[in-house]
Amino acid sequence: MLRYIAQRILAAIPVMGFVALFVFLLLRLSPGDPAAIIAGDAATPEQLEAIRERLGLNEPIYTQFFDWVSRLLQGDFGTSILSGTPVIDMIMGRLEPTVSLALTTIVLAILIAVPLGVIAAWKHGTLIDRLVMAISVLGFSVPVFVIAYVMIQVFAMNLKWLPVQGFKSIFDGVGPFAERIALPTLTLTLLYIALIARITRTSMLEVMGEDYVRTARAKGLREGRVLMRHALRNCAVPIVTVIGIGFALIISGVVVTESVFNLPGIGRLTVDAVLARDYPVIQAVILLASLVYVVINLLIDIAYVLLDPRIRYA
Amino acid sequence: MTGLADTPASAPPAGPSLASRLRAIFFAGPVTSIATVMLFLIVAMAIFAPLIAPHDPIRLSPATRLKPPSAEFLLGTDAYGRDLLSRVIYGARISLIVGVGAAVFATFIGLVIGLAAGFFRRFDAILMRIVDGLMAIPSILLAIAIVALSGASLWTVLVAITIPEVPRVVRLVRSVVLSAREEPYVEAAISLGSSTPRILVRHLLPNTVPPLIVQGTYICASAILVEAILSFLGAGINPETPTWGNIMAEGRVYFPINPGIILWPGLVLSVAILSINLLGDAVRDALDPRMAKRGIDR
Amino acid sequence: MSQPVLDVRDLRIALNGDPDAQVVKGIDLKIHAGETMCLVGESGSGKSLTSLATMGLLPSVLKPIAGSISLGGEELLTASPRRLRQLRATDMAMIFQEPMTALNPVMRVGQQIAEVLDAHSSMVGSDRRKRVLEMMEHVHLPDVARIYNSFPHQLSGGQRQRIMIAMALVLKPRLLIADEPTTALDVTTQAQILKLIRELREEQGTAVLFITHDMGVVSEIADDVTVLKLGEVMEVQKVDALLRTPRTQYSRDLLKAVPSLIPREPRPALADAVPALETKDLRKVYATATLFGGKKETVAAKDVTLNLQPGRTLGIVGESGSGKSTVARCIVRLIEPTAGSVQVSGTEIATIPQAQLKPHRKRVQIVFQDPFRSLNPRIEVGESIIEGPTNFGVSRADAMKRARELLELVGLPASAVDRFPHQFSGGQRQRIAIARALAMDPDLLVADEAVSALDVSVQDQVLKLLDEIQSRMGIAILFITHDLRVAAQICDDVMVMQRGAVVEYGPAGEVLANPRTDYTRTLIEAAPGRHWDFGAFRPVAGVEPALG
Repeated sequence: MLRYIAQRILAAIPVMGFVALFVFLLLRLSPGDPAAIIAGDAATPEQLEAIRERLGLNEPIYTQFFDWVSRLLQGDFGTSILSGTPVIDMIMGRLEPTVSLALTTIVLAILIAVPLGVIAAWKHGTLIDRLVMAISVLGFSVPVFVIAYVMIQVFAMNLKWLPVQGFKSIFDGVGPFAERIALPTLTLTLLYIALIARITRTSMLEVMGEDYVRTARAKGLREGRVLMRHALRNCAVPIVTVIGIGFALIISGVVVTESVFNLPGIGRLTVDAVLARDYPVIQAVILLASLVYVVINLLIDIAYVLLDPRIRYA
Repeated sequence: MTGLADTPASAPPAGPSLASRLRAIFFAGPVTSIATVMLFLIVAMAIFAPLIAPHDPIRLSPATRLKPPSAEFLLGTDAYGRDLLSRVIYGARISLIVGVGAAVFATFIGLVIGLAAGFFRRFDAILMRIVDGLMAIPSILLAIAIVALSGASLWTVLVAITIPEVPRVVRLVRSVVLSAREEPYVEAAISLGSSTPRILVRHLLPNTVPPLIVQGTYICASAILVEAILSFLGAGINPETPTWGNIMAEGRVYFPINPGIILWPGLVLSVAILSINLLGDAVRDALDPRMAKRGIDR
Repeated sequence: MSQPVLDVRDLRIALNGDPDAQVVKGIDLKIHAGETMCLVGESGSGKSLTSLATMGLLPSVLKPIAGSISLGGEELLTASPRRLRQLRATDMAMIFQEPMTALNPVMRVGQQIAEVLDAHSSMVGSDRRKRVLEMMEHVHLPDVARIYNSFPHQLSGGQRQRIMIAMALVLKPRLLIADEPTTALDVTTQAQILKLIRELREEQGTAVLFITHDMGVVSEIADDVTVLKLGEVMEVQKVDALLRTPRTQYSRDLLKAVPSLIPREPRPALADAVPALETKDLRKVYATATLFGGKKETVAAKDVTLNLQPGRTLGIVGESGSGKSTVARCIVRLIEPTAGSVQVSGTEIATIPQAQLKPHRKRVQIVFQDPFRSLNPRIEVGESIIEGPTNFGVSRADAMKRARELLELVGLPASAVDRFPHQFSGGQRQRIAIARALAMDPDLLVADEAVSALDVSVQDQVLKLLDEIQSRMGIAILFITHDLRVAAQICDDVMVMQRGAVVEYGPAGEVLANPRTDYTRTLIEAAPGRHWDFGAFRPVAGVEPALG
């Protein structure tokens, strides 16, 4: 078991290495002078030269890469071109709204989607099942920003139940926080409900065809117990995997949602950085998002140990 | 295998014709049929845009700014006085080009790399690390970064959307090849002296086709979505070009005045993605219902 | 006579409840307390469906449309789901074929048994645990306290099936349904499980409905036998009567198809021929790297030395994990031997690198176990057969002509070349696989459990076909099997393997009739029905078997 965990951790390191390499090469391999991209359109030749000097662009490319990585490892993500502040500070300042939104979204999605998936599988082929499948395919297909504007139209403009935009920290009181996070959460959670409900249904359907579910029924167990202790328990691995990956990739949804609802989080930071071509910020956000992905995947792998004795006692 | 007599099977029933098989897939039920019709309409809209669109989708017309829907402008006009309906009709063109283009490129590139990875073990180890690395970067961020750096054009958007999809295809093809390699019929081919390329093409490649068709459909839907997001965030094809994402981006400021500028293209976009996803499901169910369980998924 | 425990009358089960799509067509069954009724039939006979219908566990597409199933006088077909749930495990219980998949992989086995008590009794806490441990001892599990907390994958196949039996019998049900409970087990384990079922039946007075396809098992465990074919009862007899005087042609054919354990007449050895296959100290070691750079080695086959003359058959016999298939795969070079020599018709092939192996490929061909996976489903039969010859420069037209001849040789119409594998039955596919191998004109044919997946009657036909081909073409056959009966009927020589090592090697008549090692003796003694010569409808000469 320890061997398995150690292997997983060791395997995560080269993945992060490749991510860093991609992010580095992205700037270097894109057409045009990186200094010009970073400096923006209005830079003078002297400014360009200064940037080249500062970034070490006159050094050989591998030296540049290793210098850059060693700075990253010391927590130095560079400074924003736009604001001149250290990128790491900007990111830290924007974490709270994003983390709040991500957590509320995933928790709500799990609470709704897992029961939906179980019921759909249990009542396979019935109206309920088809309804869940319909919600699922809709959640996948309707883009987040379309849902967002429909939500705004209905809840903020027609019904006037909730404010359209903005963010209040949970430390300023649960009421204002909930009021403002509600619409973004509802918007984003639909996709995750779709994702989680579908994997729950699919794996439940598969597991319910397994011999041990038949054994459980042959033992005369109640249907509820057969479903929860024997079927759902065996679906834990795929469901946890999908939840984890969904959580790890939530940044994609956050970028759009924050942009629509004007939440001052990482997503907004990214969009603003892209529009202003604030390259150090873009780099840092991508690295951070990828790190989150890798770490969560690592946690999923470790969760397998708890969920599946076949891995625990391998 | 029943009973004692192991008699030869009788003559095979004649297989249904291709046309009737396609009909069976694309008109499998009411929902699938509607999806087929919807997609057909959107494709027709894209192809015949100049014939259908009542107005020029690009030329500015300050005199008709933000008009409500009327007989002349069925859906009203945008902030530059352009006919919303005409822009939505033209928007189908970019979306479909990006969707089909990304699906074709990603499947083809992924197929070649995945086949190689599945069969040449040494190549595989390094390649899969690279694939893992690429997959760790959230696809929208990667696409945004590529477009931001390379400048917005149809090509860079297409490339930016295709690159994050490739590793998924590589993984799919590789897993199909790896499991097919264990099949006794592949081992039989090895013992029959068949060369590696021959085994790849004859015995392994055909196994990848059904899941790739399905995966390609999902990539198409996802590419249309990502293109719209890029445009919406201002990191896509230049704002003058009528794409659904661009129209919606321009409509953000005027949402309280004319929500239609966002909701109409949003509706068409959703219908397009929904139809393609539904047809993907239909194709999957027709080709092999077990695919959903093997992780060939949206 | 007393009321039967299980009384099934005119049971009819149909697909989607459609009377024109009946899969069980009016079955009658009566089992009394303390008796074992064997339900025998080949695939598609409806034997498993009958048992599932009794438990109320039929898949939803299959519906009983007529008849009655009564358990101790209580009608089950019309019982409410709630009542059926109460009856399960308390009055009727079931064990299944594959104990690995029948147990929940993420739940401790002790808890899986305890769950039965939870559902049907008021026993709690330490009482419950005590009862479970008691039951586990009762089915002769060792070290029950440890096994209680084990997960299924940590146990052996035999232990898992004992857990299943403990779970089924913990509440002393009146009826035990056993659906091929030993089919997935090794022969020695099978013998122990059969003994256990007999023992518990006598002790608890349970009525047993035992489903099997194996006449050997029938002779070991049955009191009465019901023979089924395609959903219909062929005949019902006491086991002794059935084995001696079967009333129907179908039963006679079924019994005749069981290969005899008595080795067939040996064929004269050819003198001075170049051996078709000769291995010396063949060895296969699997090494897995450990975390800290060390190596863990598993010896899958060690020091296998054998010699096979043209026109003769050598059988490698062993239980799972014996290394018999490893040897076969090394010889075909599907895996790389670690050490030792393999000579095919005098040419050393163990050391030739994969890239230069092609010219030697045609001398050795292999037929696999699973007929549903050994042919590419997307390629016409003819194309599959000519793949080999065309690799070696034979023209398509010539190869196809030969393919047609070969199909006729293996008993299929030449027109089969244009069809796809799914249009054929399992036995037919195995014939096609043989034709594909023969198309290469090999010196050696390796058959890796080639008849194990087939019904006994089809198995008999394929064995006859191999024999016929051998005498016609003078080919050497290396026959890998777990089944001593099959080995006795097809082999001139037999090699017995256990955990990678050769235990015994010699002429089939010697090894199977006068085994020199304990292990071989154990194997033979474990072979179910070894006292019966089924094909001759009488016990083996000089032995009067104790039935049931």
